[in-house]
Amino acid sequence: MTTSIGKRALDDAGRALLQRTARGRSEFEDLVVVPVFAVIVALILGALIMLATGVDLPTIGKSFVALAVGSVGSLNALSETLTASIPLVLAGLGLGLGFRAGLFNIGAEGQLLLGGTAAVVFSFTFPSLPFPLLMILSLIAGAAVGALYASIAGILKATTGAHEVISTIMLNLISYRLLEYLLRQPYIQKEGRSDPISKSVPDAGQLPRLLDWIDPNLRLHAGVFVMLLAVAFVWWLLFRSKIGFAFRASGANPDAARYAGMRSGLVIVAAMATAGALAGLAGAAQVQGVLGRASPGFSAGIGFDAIALALLGRSHPVGILLAGLLFGGLEAGGRQMQVDAGVSIDLIGIIQALIIVFIAAPLLVRAIFPWGFRKDAKGGKA
Amino acid sequence: MDVELRGITKRFGTVLANDNVNLMIRGGEVLGLLGENGAGKSTMMNILSGLYSPDAGEIVIDGKAVAFEGPGDGIAAGIGMVHQHFMLVPVFTVAENVVLGVEPTGALGHLDLKKARAEVEEINEKYGLHVPADALIEDLPVGIQQRVEILKVLFREADVLILDEPTAVLTPQEVEEFFGIVRSLKEAGKAIVFITHKLHEILAVSDRINVLRQGRITGEGDPKALSEADLAEMMVGRPVSFTVDKAVAQPGKPMLEMRNVVMLDDGDDLVLDHVSLTVRSGEVLGVAGVQGNGQTELVEAIAGLERTASGKIVFDGEDITHASVRERHRQGMAHIPEDRHRMGMIATFTIAENMVLNSYYDEEYTRGLSVDWGHVQETAAAFCVDFDVRTPSVFLPAGNLSGGNQQKMVVARELERQTKLVIASQPTRGLDVGSIEYIHKRLIQSRDEGDGVMIVSSELDEIMGLSDRIVVMFEGKIVAEFDNTAGSADRNAVGLAMAGASGETTSGAAA
Amino acid sequence: MTAATTNAASGEKIDSGKARQARITGGILIALALLVLFVLDVGTGEVATFKLSRPRDAIVLGDLVVPGSFNLLVAALLAFLGVRQFLRGGVRWSNLSIGIGLALVIMAFLVWATAGKSFSLTGMLQATMVRAVPIALGGLAGVLSERVAVINIAIEGMLLAGAFTGALIGSLLGSWLGLAAAVMVGGMFGMMLAALVVTYRMDQIIAGVVINLLVLGLTSYVTSQVFAHNRSLNNAQVFRAWKVPLLGDIPVLGPMLFQQNLFVYGALILVGVSTYYLFYTKGGLRARAVGEHPRAADTLGIDVYWTRYFHVTLAGMVAGFGGAWFTLGSVGRFDENMTGGRGYIGLAAMIFGRWHPVGALAAALVFGFADSLQQKLALLNTPIPSEFLAMAPYIATMIVVAGLIGKARPPAADGKAYVKE
Repeated sequence: MTTSIGKRALDDAGRALLQRTARGRSEFEDLVVVPVFAVIVALILGALIMLATGVDLPTIGKSFVALAVGSVGSLNALSETLTASIPLVLAGLGLGLGFRAGLFNIGAEGQLLLGGTAAVVFSFTFPSLPFPLLMILSLIAGAAVGALYASIAGILKATTGAHEVISTIMLNLISYRLLEYLLRQPYIQKEGRSDPISKSVPDAGQLPRLLDWIDPNLRLHAGVFVMLLAVAFVWWLLFRSKIGFAFRASGANPDAARYAGMRSGLVIVAAMATAGALAGLAGAAQVQGVLGRASPGFSAGIGFDAIALALLGRSHPVGILLAGLLFGGLEAGGRQMQVDAGVSIDLIGIIQALIIVFIAAPLLVRAIFPWGFRKDAKGGKA
Repeated sequence: MDVELRGITKRFGTVLANDNVNLMIRGGEVLGLLGENGAGKSTMMNILSGLYSPDAGEIVIDGKAVAFEGPGDGIAAGIGMVHQHFMLVPVFTVAENVVLGVEPTGALGHLDLKKARAEVEEINEKYGLHVPADALIEDLPVGIQQRVEILKVLFREADVLILDEPTAVLTPQEVEEFFGIVRSLKEAGKAIVFITHKLHEILAVSDRINVLRQGRITGEGDPKALSEADLAEMMVGRPVSFTVDKAVAQPGKPMLEMRNVVMLDDGDDLVLDHVSLTVRSGEVLGVAGVQGNGQTELVEAIAGLERTASGKIVFDGEDITHASVRERHRQGMAHIPEDRHRMGMIATFTIAENMVLNSYYDEEYTRGLSVDWGHVQETAAAFCVDFDVRTPSVFLPAGNLSGGNQQKMVVARELERQTKLVIASQPTRGLDVGSIEYIHKRLIQSRDEGDGVMIVSSELDEIMGLSDRIVVMFEGKIVAEFDNTAGSADRNAVGLAMAGASGETTSGAAA
Repeated sequence: MTAATTNAASGEKIDSGKARQARITGGILIALALLVLFVLDVGTGEVATFKLSRPRDAIVLGDLVVPGSFNLLVAALLAFLGVRQFLRGGVRWSNLSIGIGLALVIMAFLVWATAGKSFSLTGMLQATMVRAVPIALGGLAGVLSERVAVINIAIEGMLLAGAFTGALIGSLLGSWLGLAAAVMVGGMFGMMLAALVVTYRMDQIIAGVVINLLVLGLTSYVTSQVFAHNRSLNNAQVFRAWKVPLLGDIPVLGPMLFQQNLFVYGALILVGVSTYYLFYTKGGLRARAVGEHPRAADTLGIDVYWTRYFHVTLAGMVAGFGGAWFTLGSVGRFDENMTGGRGYIGLAAMIFGRWHPVGALAAALVFGFADSLQQKLALLNTPIPSEFLAMAPYIATMIVVAGLIGKARPPAADGKAYVKE
């Protein structure tokens, strides 16, 4: 049948359809009310847990003050917050992208470890390369290895249907052992050390510090630009690009995407590889900007925190950036809390976990705070 | 046992599914309940069986008002329901399915399957159901599965049996057999509620008819005094003709040719057994058959969704056996999938996004690596106007549309471009009569503009009304072909072929 | 199969899934044969000595001495199986051949690693059983919750919670109460998972991940905040091994099965009881119906929500018991994150074991074997880095999940929330 598609003029009836529907109240609740409540409730529960473990009230007060001061109270605090949020946001972007494509990638931790290690190895293998080049190439090496490692799970899912949750968990466990093995190889291990630790990243491979002209202790590094670029890139990829449309379609309804001719295997592998590249980049940024070398467990659980981040940020790049700043702040503030009030930083882990509980179960938040929501906001539809 | 529904009202969100409904059900009688899709029949019966609770009104059994809190209460009160979508656990045996929920047990909760089996055999005997007690459900044909459902209800000693669209999965001959079972149940004193939207069936088996429209009872009558036309008008609210207006087909060159196409499933069983067929331009080929006889796989093979094990598929002179879904689409194949929710659209995406689900990559809609969403939205708005998709905005999530508008959106996406072949699978399943008429009109329009059209439907009436030629599928094979110019095919013969009897072949197109 | 044969006669080529799988299996077996032949080759003169008894055992068996040529025999057998699969093999034979093949490879590996030395087989089997316990109990917890269609990623967290509670309450009130408390706390987290996924309809995987993070956070926090200053709170009495009279004296099997502690016996009994429960009782039939077709169960008056709550809580209790093994069954002291991913391995054991308690136990034994083998290898001084052997179970799990060795079918409704209408 023939119809002239394209550049024809729309009649009035058609133009009326181009009116955007107003953003609903329920959307506002979902994007703003739930996350805010989640954070508040998690902090309150954190205080209760402190009480339960015998921490007295003044100390609890002091902890929260330390938490605030340590995250936003000074230039140093802000620098620490931003520094901590860089790898979190990068890895979180990868996970959020995966969620959008319907992939539950638990493997960010392993991808981050191997990506970071690759960046270190690359940088000390070519110490003669000049500054920006070595730094950039090392970042790319980290991203590439992260992408490759994640692709294993992607390829397995695409070809055999193996569930990515199981295979990425296994890949994490494998990566710990692999890292331990690699760090003992003479080529990688630091000279004169018997424990598993790598050689250092040469100066030309490091992400330069940005604020050391004010105070040499300010650790904020150029990774923050990498992070912002990644946020913009992922936003474009998801919401403007062709492949991003296929990602989102496959995530929302894989059958419909397949019926529409999108190649599900390709989408799975591409989304997984992109997610892995971002996690690898997170690892590379961490070793090139902060740690300077690789050691067992240098990821420090960033890959798991990033899951929380992606959920809190609603798998939206900007949301993930905001969530990353929040988690970075908790991290930096938590360290201050440990020093000032003597409360273990592990408390931050509990608060983060509680935040996701409330984020991922909005019905629970509604049950706790019925007055924050319009009644019957998500009324049953037949 | 007599059951009365008094003033039943049920609301889902803003939709009023049942509006002050009154209904009388008597033992030893078949009550026919007629209504379009979405008229509220199933809601009403789910209330009667205790699955839903009504917002207002009461259920009265033998003069006593009862309140059901859950499906268990309905069963306990002697009301059993045979659901349209079978409620059977596929990996359990017949006996296990029948006793589930009322299991005979020994010490320590030990399951007494021997006793279960014996009781199943007893009911089998009594009503002539012939169901193997030890077979796994997944190994049984749908016709037998339905009897297991009836067995389940009888095992619970139900006096009221609600049969929700029971004939949808049966061949015309199986329907006759099924009516036999219904009559023997009636003679045993059971009250039967027979729910359907098929006029001739309700006339054939009911003792009394109630018609439901938009949640209200709009008519009541004696089947002996009513004609199909009367019932149709009561059901839809205006006079309707179920025949599709169309001119005699002008078949041209072959648009689609399948030669000896074989497809295997995961377990290596044949699902398409050397299928050969031809669709010519300017004709409608109807594919008839009971659900699950290879029609889905046939469509998947044509659309390129599943790999074929052997054979050849030719589309407009080109071998497309190994072409991708996208290539076939690009060459002018339109595919309206059988389940719009699962395969045809993405409920959370906007109408605009859904309109380009399979063409978003096209130069028309892109700039470099990006999609030109502004242009997509304008085009989508134009499509909505063309195909009468009723929506306030193209930014609305497709899931918010009514079923008919969703299907019109899918049809618009598939037909609003240069097409040569239209594959429409169950194109009107679950729609209201208005949408059905509209979609049928557009499909015939495609034919008249020179496309080859293939319609796969388990509704024999739809096939008979639309097709110029009919093939029948049974167990993965094409078992018969009929010429249907001006509705000349013999309905009975087609029905026999659907049950596997090899029918006559009246034209030479099938190999 | 019939279709393939008839069509082969007419010269038509039908690409069948089964034939492809048989080819893959054949290829794997031939590769294994080559591996044994070239990598695990043992000098013909060398022998491997396996000790079957310990000096103080009641019945003392002689040593099992295997000549190096055993490996040549294994290679030949593998090659035979592989070629057979390649030429004509059905799915049933594929699985069997792979099973036999893997067993042969493990034997050849042991002979290769032990060549010229001696090695206590009995000791290793005993260690295998011990190490299999937390994995088997984790797997069983997985079976119980996935049979009612709740994916349980939280096993790891439940194990950790059990370990922590066992140590804390065990130190305060004694081991038996510690054990009871571990079971209860495990059950509590099971109930929490059920509440999150059933009542609040949270994504099941997210809920599991969250519980793991929460338990890790809570236990680590208390360990560093409280235990660090109060060591007496983290020092419980350990359950000692108890030898079953007579049965414990059976050579080889006795030490493995009947000279163990409470946790080994508990795991074996729980596996037996839950198999009976799931497949031979009314409750089990209902549970499985809820996992396969919750709506059907609902229409028959079975309370889907209650059934899920009950079984997921039960799963939590089983995992809590398994968690107590880490402290009360082993060292008596809790360390941060001491379960080290055993819960995830348990999940893998469940998949390996095809959602069946006995299968999960068998898979757990395989993992336990690899685990204890890794420990012993250091003693035998083989050229394989122990890290790689430690990875082997994970790689095996991925292969199984990928369905390269036969597809397993999870409960049909697994992972899906049920919304009552």
